[in-house]
Amino acid sequence: MPRIQPPAVLFALTGLAGLALPLVQLRPNRIVPGEGIALAGLPGGAAITIVMAVVLLAACLPRWTADLRLGVAIAGLLAVLLLLGMAATHLQQSGNALARVSPAVGFWLLLLAFGLMAADAVGRLRLSLTWRWAMLAGAVGIAAAILVSGILDGVSVMREYASRSDLFAREARAHLTLALGSLGLALLAGIPLGIAVYQSPRWRGPVLSVLNIVQTVPSLALFGIMIPVLGWVAATVPGAGAAGVSGIGAFPALTALFLYALLPVVSNTLAGLTGVPVAIRDAAVGLGMTRAQVLGQVLMPLALPVLLAAVRIVMVQNIGLAVIAGLIGGGGFGTFVFQGLNQTAMDLVLLGALPTVALALVAGIALDLLVQGTRRPAP
Amino acid sequence: MIEIRNLTRLYNGIAVVDDVSLTVKTGELVVLVGTSGSGKTTLLRMINRLIEPSSGQVLIEGADTATLPAHLLRRRIGYAIQGHGLFPHWTVAQNIATVPRLLGWPRPQIDARVDELLALFQLDPAQFRNRMPHRLSGGQAQRVGVARALAAKPDLLLMDEPFGALDPLIRAKAQADLRDIQRRLGTTLILVTHDMTEAVDLGDRIAVMDGGQLVQYAPPARILTDPATPFVRDLIGTGDRALRLLSLTPVSDVAAPGRAEGPPIPAEASLRDALAECLWSGRDALPVAGGGVITLDTLRALARPR
Repeated sequence: MPRIQPPAVLFALTGLAGLALPLVQLRPNRIVPGEGIALAGLPGGAAITIVMAVVLLAACLPRWTADLRLGVAIAGLLAVLLLLGMAATHLQQSGNALARVSPAVGFWLLLLAFGLMAADAVGRLRLSLTWRWAMLAGAVGIAAAILVSGILDGVSVMREYASRSDLFAREARAHLTLALGSLGLALLAGIPLGIAVYQSPRWRGPVLSVLNIVQTVPSLALFGIMIPVLGWVAATVPGAGAAGVSGIGAFPALTALFLYALLPVVSNTLAGLTGVPVAIRDAAVGLGMTRAQVLGQVLMPLALPVLLAAVRIVMVQNIGLAVIAGLIGGGGFGTFVFQGLNQTAMDLVLLGALPTVALALVAGIALDLLVQGTRRPAP
Repeated sequence: MIEIRNLTRLYNGIAVVDDVSLTVKTGELVVLVGTSGSGKTTLLRMINRLIEPSSGQVLIEGADTATLPAHLLRRRIGYAIQGHGLFPHWTVAQNIATVPRLLGWPRPQIDARVDELLALFQLDPAQFRNRMPHRLSGGQAQRVGVARALAAKPDLLLMDEPFGALDPLIRAKAQADLRDIQRRLGTTLILVTHDMTEAVDLGDRIAVMDGGQLVQYAPPARILTDPATPFVRDLIGTGDRALRLLSLTPVSDVAAPGRAEGPPIPAEASLRDALAECLWSGRDALPVAGGGVITLDTLRALARPR
């Protein structure tokens, strides 16, 4: 009796639940609740349900190699997306132009099942760095191609997009500006600060304590605090308002994200520098390097992997947190999320949430690969 | 010539190095030896100002080292440490080229110097030049560390427990190689160790440190036969001091005219080797290769304090 693979069983159960639950939801218009329709309830869906169930169960067998699993997972992901698009097109042919077809719990569970299977298989394959970069690029390329192809145009989220494509591009730029801009500012301020507290240990405790406290302020509260504080600054400090300081809008959002990003950058700069073995630092000084040379040629290059780990943390964290900027008029995908919440239009919420998740996922993986590329074996 | 004059280093009012004066002649190999906390490493690190002295002076060829910016001083003094401290993100060649690069040597001269040093330390340049430090064995990394210290042809080389991380077999070879290279280059060398055997084997002179003070500064034979304080006697140990004394003198120095039976002993072997050979082969006298004889009576006389 061959042993079965526990992770594969988990993926299979998730997938089977997805097959049993509604794949899509059909609603008369974008606000009212509708009825769930399972894959089996669509024309030809019963046969596809059986095929998918068999494949998910077969993947539990230990004989399956990692590359076979990966192939099946990718095929499964594509199939689930195509089914969603086809279901949407089919269900909307029957008259009502206001009718909406949105992905339901079954769709998300199937996506999760095949996504986990793919991630698990990639982990087992122990691919080279180049291959993993290629796979990331491939995944992004295929996703873009599917979106551009129009297959999913019938799906509710894409219909929300269709009526807001100009706005979407603008908010996407605003979101990236917030996330990357705050990261850039945090690096500009945080790396020198990290170096400074490394060189004068007396300041380590106080500086890290303050940053720690900032980090513990809930994000909504921090954005809230910004409004009166910066509003007051803009009103009373001459020239501040003209320089862009204001209580609401992009400025307080950028400030809040910058403050959140500061702790990881400073503490990882410090950790990276203190992680360099004493013998190496001693040798650098003993051979006659100046302070700047020791820092620039030896300490910083050796601290780089730890610093990049901070960049990864901040990047993913800020892409997510930037959503809250929408609440105070800072722009970004959060604008859609909060508009959608106000109108109880879940499709509009998803139009803001899905790109945020995708962006964070891609940025996280890309920076992981970058960190692995710079890491060197211990001396 | 290196002159250390009344050098003192205080930490929180306590002297870690207390009024130490000593002179090292050009080309000499001096070993600073002592227990941990004796101040030997602090003394060494004050010579290249990794630690600034609280008072006192270090003169190199008559010039006070305090007058030069510290990093410029250090580029003129070779420095090698325990665990070698190689930069893990640089190749062997880049590591060795550190100081010449800081001094702004032209590229072809640096490349030539790197290859010359690799060859000197019996590392094939073609094979090792572009290797990363983590792919070196302990012995190879130690040699690269010393090569890096010697790269800019310093007149003075400082070493802090350079053989500390090596296993005994490799250590003996590394010590012999270092002695050989130091003689050949004529470099003045000050080396710190806690191992008295290493000090006796390597040093032209030994400086024994205890509690921050220099308690004896003398050639090895003198330290063995006439320890200045009970501390020095404890440090050398009484178990095999006769054998250590014999190990300092080569057979050729004391060979007398005469003849003896059996296979000869090489002239460069130590008296300790000669004694071992006498005992092992049951002979009272050994012929010395190239003429002469060494007798058990001679050995007996030389193994005692004079």
